[in-house]
Amino acid sequence: MLIIEDLQVELAGKTLLKDIDLEIRPGETHILFGPNGSGKTSLLMTIMGYPQYVVKKGKIIFKGTDITRAPINERAALGIGMSYQRPPTINGLKTRQMVDICAKTKVDTVEIARSLNFEEFLDRDVNAGFSGGEIKRSELLQLKAQNPDLILFDEPESGVDIENMALIGSTIAEILQKDSQKANNPKPVARRWEERTKMGLIITHTGYILDYVPADKGQVLFDGVLACVGNPREIFQCIGQLGYEECVKCTM
Amino acid sequence: MYNVEELKERARQALDKKAAFGDDLDLDTFDTSFVPHKYLAEEEICAIPEEEQKRLIMSGLDVTDKGRGGTYLQKDTAVIHCHSNEEGIQVMPVTQALKEHDWVKEYFWKLVPVDQDKYTASAFLELHDGYVIRALPGSKSIYPIQACLYLDKENLQQNVHNLIIAEEGSELHIITGCATSPHMKRGVHVGISEFFVKKGAKLSFTMIHNWAEEMDVRPRSVARVEEGGVFINNYICMKPVRSIQMYPTTHLVGDDAAAMFYSIIVGTPGSHLDIGGRIYLKNRGSRAEIVQRSISNGAHIINRGHLIGEAPEIKAHLECKGLLLKGGIIDSIPQLEGHVEGVDMSHEAAVGKVAQEEINYLMSRGLSEDQATSTIVRGFLSVDIKGLPEALKAEIDNAIDASNKDAI
Repeated sequence: MLIIEDLQVELAGKTLLKDIDLEIRPGETHILFGPNGSGKTSLLMTIMGYPQYVVKKGKIIFKGTDITRAPINERAALGIGMSYQRPPTINGLKTRQMVDICAKTKVDTVEIARSLNFEEFLDRDVNAGFSGGEIKRSELLQLKAQNPDLILFDEPESGVDIENMALIGSTIAEILQKDSQKANNPKPVARRWEERTKMGLIITHTGYILDYVPADKGQVLFDGVLACVGNPREIFQCIGQLGYEECVKCTM
Repeated sequence: MYNVEELKERARQALDKKAAFGDDLDLDTFDTSFVPHKYLAEEEICAIPEEEQKRLIMSGLDVTDKGRGGTYLQKDTAVIHCHSNEEGIQVMPVTQALKEHDWVKEYFWKLVPVDQDKYTASAFLELHDGYVIRALPGSKSIYPIQACLYLDKENLQQNVHNLIIAEEGSELHIITGCATSPHMKRGVHVGISEFFVKKGAKLSFTMIHNWAEEMDVRPRSVARVEEGGVFINNYICMKPVRSIQMYPTTHLVGDDAAAMFYSIIVGTPGSHLDIGGRIYLKNRGSRAEIVQRSISNGAHIINRGHLIGEAPEIKAHLECKGLLLKGGIIDSIPQLEGHVEGVDMSHEAAVGKVAQEEINYLMSRGLSEDQATSTIVRGFLSVDIKGLPEALKAEIDNAIDASNKDAI
């Protein structure tokens, strides 16, 4: 479980997030909406532990451990992972080697790459010259190898063409244990749902991801404050009809 | 033609001539007298002390000869082993070759001017030895030929002259190392190398340096590449040394000739490394690439690169990247010179530190900060060298891995 309590965060002396309370239980996926500059990415980077995001107040607790001051790699070791919107290029490091770095135990790199239609990129430098959609597939490849319990997705649909959207959407659903159940599984569906452990927090602008991932909750981040909480589809619809500001008004 | 008296005269006049770049060395403070060492047969060479063997392996010389097409090993001033396993590939000491074969004289001091500076002059007037490696027309070396110039005698000035000839249509790979014995501290290495890549031939030359902290190194090398020939020149120096100054030059004199220079340099505190590279593209369709990667851990590194396009339809690119890990200076001086219309020349240069964003990215995949940094540095040093046999590529990677541990 991820618990965020009364969090206030600064970047370069400027307050970006305030009074943030958030709780994601095992098996839950939350969607984070909000206009540009509202602090969505900052919230993800703060949870991941990027040191330039300075926590001035409040706590982040993951699996019972207070990680508010923990370095990035300790959070990764505890099971937090992130899919970046614009990750840096690492020259001279092959994507294949990156997958090995991500995997705590040996994984079948080629098999995972094949599932993402990404085999031909394994011998390319990480993110070097990748298109928007290729970056997303590269991020998912790494996350599948890393297998974290809480996955933060920063706009997983941005730059992805229609053709690849289904692949990316269904892969995210699979990673978050939200994919449609296979018919030959002997366990009852309700039981399987109970046993889900993965947690997700997804930033979306377009809402496309909602077509693939049945999310549990939607939240709107507006001006550094978490405003509405509710059904993600309802919230998305409201934003579409009335805009962020109006949508947030109804609950504030 | 070859005129000893004329060369002697020119050399004498250049004995006090300073080099265009680099610290000036007072050669009078070093000893050039011959140091006798016994010639070793194949089984004897395998019996040299393990510590020395390790130093040799670091420079690419495997005494067991496994995976090698031939060997040349010189200790101080004397050749202690020399043979070729491959048909069509000749490996000979240069002094002996000059006596026995008239054709050798057609290559000796033909590309490097004997009066370029005091180092070339001294290497002519007080030559110790060096190698001639020649691939006969059409012959292809299956395994690389290995050569090593080893220094053991304290305060020696080692004068070496190498001739490398790839005859028409041949393919030759050479891995060459320079190393000092573990106890050696001070010395100078002067190495003259002249490369002849003939029509349609391919030559790769990989040099790995493992010097001592008070060594000064002054290589002087020039290559000439004919029509359709390819010359790949790799240079790796990741160990402490007091100073290196070199400016290898290649002349592409035939249509569609190509030259690639790759250098990987790690400089430690107190080191002064002035490493250049110059390629003249004199004929239509020739191609050149210079890729330099430097890391400073407190050294002063100067990277010079100079591409000269003298014919249309040539393509040349210079890439020079420096990483300041623990202080020091990296001075990158790329230069492009186009003489006619229709040249395509470009360069990119960057000097900086390891990007925090990249470190954080790798940390979020589970690496510690130190592991992330060393992964990025290793990536920085891995240059994709095209045209090398797989085994040689793997060997270069191993050499970089081994040295990389000390680099950070």
